[in-house]
Amino acid sequence: MSGFKTHTGKAASLKRDHVDTDQIIPKQFLKKIDKAGYGEFLFYDWRYQSDGQENPDFELNQLNTKDSSILITGNNFGCGSSREHAPWALKDYGFQVIIAESFADIFFNNCVKNGILPIRLPKKEIQRLYSEESPDVISHLIVDLENQHVVNGSGEHFYFEFDPYWKKMLLNGWDEISVTLQYEDKIKRFETERIVN
Amino acid sequence: MGKTIIDKLWKNHVVAEEKNKPDLLYIDLHLIHEVTSPQAFAGLREKNRKVRRPDLCFATMDHNIPTADRFNIKDETSRLQVQTLEKNCEEFGIRLEGLDSLQQGIVHVIGPELGLTLPGKTIVCGDSHTSTHGAFGALAFGIGTSEVEHVLATQTLWQNKPKQMNVKIEGELGFGVTAKDVILWFIANYGTNAGTGYIIEFSGSAVRGFTMEERMTLCNMSIEAGAKASVIAPDEKTFSYIQGKPYAPKESEFNARCEAWKKLVSDNDAVFDKVIEINASDIEPMVTWGTNPSMCLPISGQIPAAESSLSIEEKQSIESALTYMGFQGNERLKDVDVQHVFIGSCTNSRLSDLVEASAVVEGEKVHPGVRAIVVPGSQSVKREAESLGIHKIFLHAGFEWRDSGCSMCLGMNDDIVPEGERCASTSNRNFAGRQGKGARTHLVSPIMAAAAAINGRFTDVRSIMQTKNLEVDRYVGI
Ligand code: SF4
Repeated sequence: MSGFKTHTGKAASLKRDHVDTDQIIPKQFLKKIDKAGYGEFLFYDWRYQSDGQENPDFELNQLNTKDSSILITGNNFGCGSSREHAPWALKDYGFQVIIAESFADIFFNNCVKNGILPIRLPKKEIQRLYSEESPDVISHLIVDLENQHVVNGSGEHFYFEFDPYWKKMLLNGWDEISVTLQYEDKIKRFETERIVN
Repeated sequence: MGKTIIDKLWKNHVVAEEKNKPDLLYIDLHLIHEVTSPQAFAGLREKNRKVRRPDLCFATMDHNIPTADRFNIKDETSRLQVQTLEKNCEEFGIRLEGLDSLQQGIVHVIGPELGLTLPGKTIVCGDSHTSTHGAFGALAFGIGTSEVEHVLATQTLWQNKPKQMNVKIEGELGFGVTAKDVILWFIANYGTNAGTGYIIEFSGSAVRGFTMEERMTLCNMSIEAGAKASVIAPDEKTFSYIQGKPYAPKESEFNARCEAWKKLVSDNDAVFDKVIEINASDIEPMVTWGTNPSMCLPISGQIPAAESSLSIEEKQSIESALTYMGFQGNERLKDVDVQHVFIGSCTNSRLSDLVEASAVVEGEKVHPGVRAIVVPGSQSVKREAESLGIHKIFLHAGFEWRDSGCSMCLGMNDDIVPEGERCASTSNRNFAGRQGKGARTHLVSPIMAAAAAINGRFTDVRSIMQTKNLEVDRYVGI
């Protein structure tokens, strides 16, 4: 995986709370055995009508949001199932950053492990991100992981917290398993010396 | 300062502790199923890596499999997923309870049933309801597929220690109130975010009074309150449940293990980041009306209307839930008809669930407008129930009696609820589309599901129990 340093892109908004993983990628698409090609099924039930046509009312089907790479959303995003198909679908669709008021725990980890940057910002700041733009899309947003801030079109900076360990992993695009395998001695020692309960 | 049970479980598993890093935790048991594992095994193969401790892994197939004609998986992609798991387990030397196994079942039902789930263990699975195993005093949580791969390769995970919450449930539960109602009530009152960032310890006299199966129901749904995991301190009930199970410690070492397990309790002076106290007698039989588990009311309740709510967001969320669920607002729950009843899932498909529901069903008929199915949590549960004759009660009433699997909990197999129809379901998630596109799910306890099956609408099961003169005792589980 290549490292994540900064990203500049267009941001689409999905102003909903509690978007669960069943909505992000419905279960009928979990039957594949590889990681590729989930993007076309992202938000399937919202995105398409029952006749298979695009739903013209859905936020991400608007002309001005189509090539967004940043998703801005509400509270408790990614709640529900542990399915990693959710970040695979978001990434395959083209999203590299998700800004939300809060994330479900497993989903947050799943994002980081797939090179998607999940950013928590307070609601007020999320509202301010939009400043002078249309209410649904921000054409130019800069996301800087090194300095942990987001900069909007009017040059306003929004600082976000990020765990130092995951930051390092993301910045360098390290393969976590390779890192952990360097702890082999410690793992072995644990296995021989541990307290068994 | 004293330590909580969570502190103790955590500390016993730290492999490496470094500044500015999460802790590297050792994993004692890795449960695997067909849906979230194929890409993890593929990742290992790609990098030429081995499974570090195949002896600490255990696999079953549950999410995808048919419950009616189990060996005949019609859907090609489902079949491929099941075959892929078989192939992966064989190649990497992992035990698998496959479709033809007498011990096959839902991963969170068979772990405890086989004695794999033990106090003091760290347990993970690529499934969010792994929290179930916390009922035994284990630190158990769900993980994603990258983490599945990480555990396969290293038997460890990097984890930041969450905050800790003590949820004390004191007093006695009322007549006809179950562990399912307790956890639904908790989420209804404290929200789906209540546990975000926390591990919960459930304590208090009501919890001590619970059977192991009731404790599993409670811990199972703690994830729906946003918690990373939940745990209940092990006690004599835990030990006697475990004793004699196939993979439990053998007789010779069992007592010594129990002595060690007894230390897994929170010290009296342990401090939690947050404490919530609940009075068990406040709780009534609950029914969800909306599209997340916090949209939930006592059976006597009335569905909210959008205008009565406060903020714009709240109003919007109620409006969209009402629309999806086909309500105007202000309906009484007792007036709501159901077309499907599902008794199953890792929340409520164990023997006591089926026994309790069957007592309500006995001698009655399923309402003509209802299709009702019972899906035991495992083939062992199914056999035990059959040996008690419970299947006959259900079949005679007009229920379908199926083989084990996740089934209508998530509708990945053929068991789905058609668009616009309502299901009284003993599962754990009522998200839009969970049981099928446009399906309307109402979460309830097994006895409430049984009552809905008979009357074709939501009913206060206590009235049926009173009419039938059912002993209160019968409802504290077996
Ligand atoms: S029964 Fe439902 S919640 Fe439980 S493991 Fe299966 S799909 Fe997940």
